[in-house]
Amino acid sequence: MDKIFRVNMTDLTTKIEEVPAAWAGLGGRGLTSTIVAAEVPPTCHALSADNKLVFAPGLLTGTAAANSGRLSAGAKSPLTGGIKESNAGGTAAQMLAKLGIKAIIIEGAPKTGAWYNLAVGVNGVTINEEKELLGLGNFAVIDAVEARLGKKTGVLTIGPAGELKMTAANISVKDPDSKIRSHGRGGLGAVMGSKQIKFISIDGEGAKPVTIADPEKFKTAARAFSKALLDHPVSGEGLPTYGTNVLVNILNEAGGLPTKNFTTGQFEGHDKISGETMHDTIVARGGKPKHGCHAGCIIQCSQVYHDKDGKYVTSGFEYETIWGLGADCCIDNLDDIARADNLMDDIGIDSIETAVMFGVAMEAGILKWGDSKEMLRLLTDEIAKGTALGRVLGGGAGSVGRTYGVTRVPVVKNQGIPAYDPRSVKGIGITYATSTMGADHTSGYTIATNILNVGGYVDPLKKDGQVELSRALQIATAAVDSTGMCIFVAFPALDIPECLPALIDMINARFGIALTGDDVTNLGKYILKTEREFNQKAGLTNVHDRLPDFFKTEPVAPHNAVWDFTDEEIDEFWNF
Amino acid sequence: MKITLKLFATFRNGRFKVAEQELAEGTDVRQVVLSLGLTEEEIGIVMLNGRHGELDSKLNQGDTLSLFPLVGGG
Repeated sequence: MDKIFRVNMTDLTTKIEEVPAAWAGLGGRGLTSTIVAAEVPPTCHALSADNKLVFAPGLLTGTAAANSGRLSAGAKSPLTGGIKESNAGGTAAQMLAKLGIKAIIIEGAPKTGAWYNLAVGVNGVTINEEKELLGLGNFAVIDAVEARLGKKTGVLTIGPAGELKMTAANISVKDPDSKIRSHGRGGLGAVMGSKQIKFISIDGEGAKPVTIADPEKFKTAARAFSKALLDHPVSGEGLPTYGTNVLVNILNEAGGLPTKNFTTGQFEGHDKISGETMHDTIVARGGKPKHGCHAGCIIQCSQVYHDKDGKYVTSGFEYETIWGLGADCCIDNLDDIARADNLMDDIGIDSIETAVMFGVAMEAGILKWGDSKEMLRLLTDEIAKGTALGRVLGGGAGSVGRTYGVTRVPVVKNQGIPAYDPRSVKGIGITYATSTMGADHTSGYTIATNILNVGGYVDPLKKDGQVELSRALQIATAAVDSTGMCIFVAFPALDIPECLPALIDMINARFGIALTGDDVTNLGKYILKTEREFNQKAGLTNVHDRLPDFFKTEPVAPHNAVWDFTDEEIDEFWNF
Repeated sequence: MKITLKLFATFRNGRFKVAEQELAEGTDVRQVVLSLGLTEEEIGIVMLNGRHGELDSKLNQGDTLSLFPLVGGG
């Protein structure tokens, strides 16, 4: 039976607990948010001993279900002040699920300045003092942990940004090639740093296949599900060929590619940083155009990017990172953006928050528009070293805006707005405004329906239907985030009728239960309401469900669109 | 009339990225698609001057037409 592993960093004790009945049907985001809401005082300081850092694999993680290897991390966010769930691929989730771990809850904080590592295995968690790897970047930590404990060891780690408790710090997860995936958003790396944990190792020895209540039913559903993923043109062909970065050219054509810190919606250098160019560059240099972030991924939207000499530069090179450093900072040099991506992985800092931050920093005059060399220097010499300037930058877009008196600061609940201009893609504006996570494109990806013609079509430039669209997608996403599934299963799920029933059948076959589509919708609603209640108790009200003023007053080219929703219209989101 | 035609993703294979095209008055998007050797089913997104268009949309002098297969990301 699955267990809860609890770690107390105040008295340095650990225990293994039975799963309370109320948590039995939950996994991933549903479980992390439930635990945070139940156990963390909403008004606590996110970097204090009262906060808790929770990891949970999804309901289907560890099974043979395609694309089910995501790990959720949850806590009160030091960036937004609200609840946070951030999920990532890598090898940890499947190992934890097979070790019978429903969740790891890390609470308290050391009373001395000592740092620790946690070693997770089938018999529980041990806490060990860590001296040797402090201050190191994530790549060096992964190498060192593999040298100490073996190549197969799973690793969750923080870089210098997390140790320095920067609010843009992430938690890195070792991927199948010993590179990095990230729990990127919301500053969860700072929470791990506040617990004075440099890394968590996972020993898969003694792990067993997860039990499946009805193996035949599971196999049939898993086959139908995989077929849907491979049959849909987005998950079956577009993503494996061009990666998520195929969006640069599309958003540019649609006038929704935020450029020069959200002053215009098209970027002159778009083709140089596009998915098409990236694909051709990777192939020409002998990199890998497709790559999975976890075992069992059949979409393979990731890639390995080489330099002109054929040497590894980065992997998991995503649209949002490339958009942010590219269009938003006016940098049209894909090689420099790739180097920055690698540095951000090593430093352990969210590549979305940091990219949005650099746009604000350029606006502030800290560096010039398009100056990729200075951007690389700021990452290496200031942020990684925790200088005074580096700490301001490592605090994210809001931090730089406040410090330098910038008024065009694209954040909601202090979290940087990613990759899609909410004036010219209005559905995503509703998601940014209302998400319990702060501005987050993944929490209700209306781009599918506003721009990509997936799941129907809702005109991106009109207000009609956007609140309903965002609500439906946010509810569905909260449920999907609980299964351990990659969010890209949403593309086939929106278009192929067999896909969602197959997903539900897999959950039913895994646990021997009989969930219906309505139950899944209700789970999504429960998660959103639980998260919102936490946020409200933490002091975030509907007044925080708003976009910055400049979106209302500055029309964005080429459509000269403005953000024109009234407060009442936005608040309709929560009417369910 | 002259239009600017932009192709993206797999549509570029064996074709071009961007080209000026001289078309007869009254040409619609479908005719351009077929002239490229593409089928209607292959078309995921039609953008006409930065707005979503249809296969039936008529083209006008100076238009920019962008054609994408069904792709996505995020």
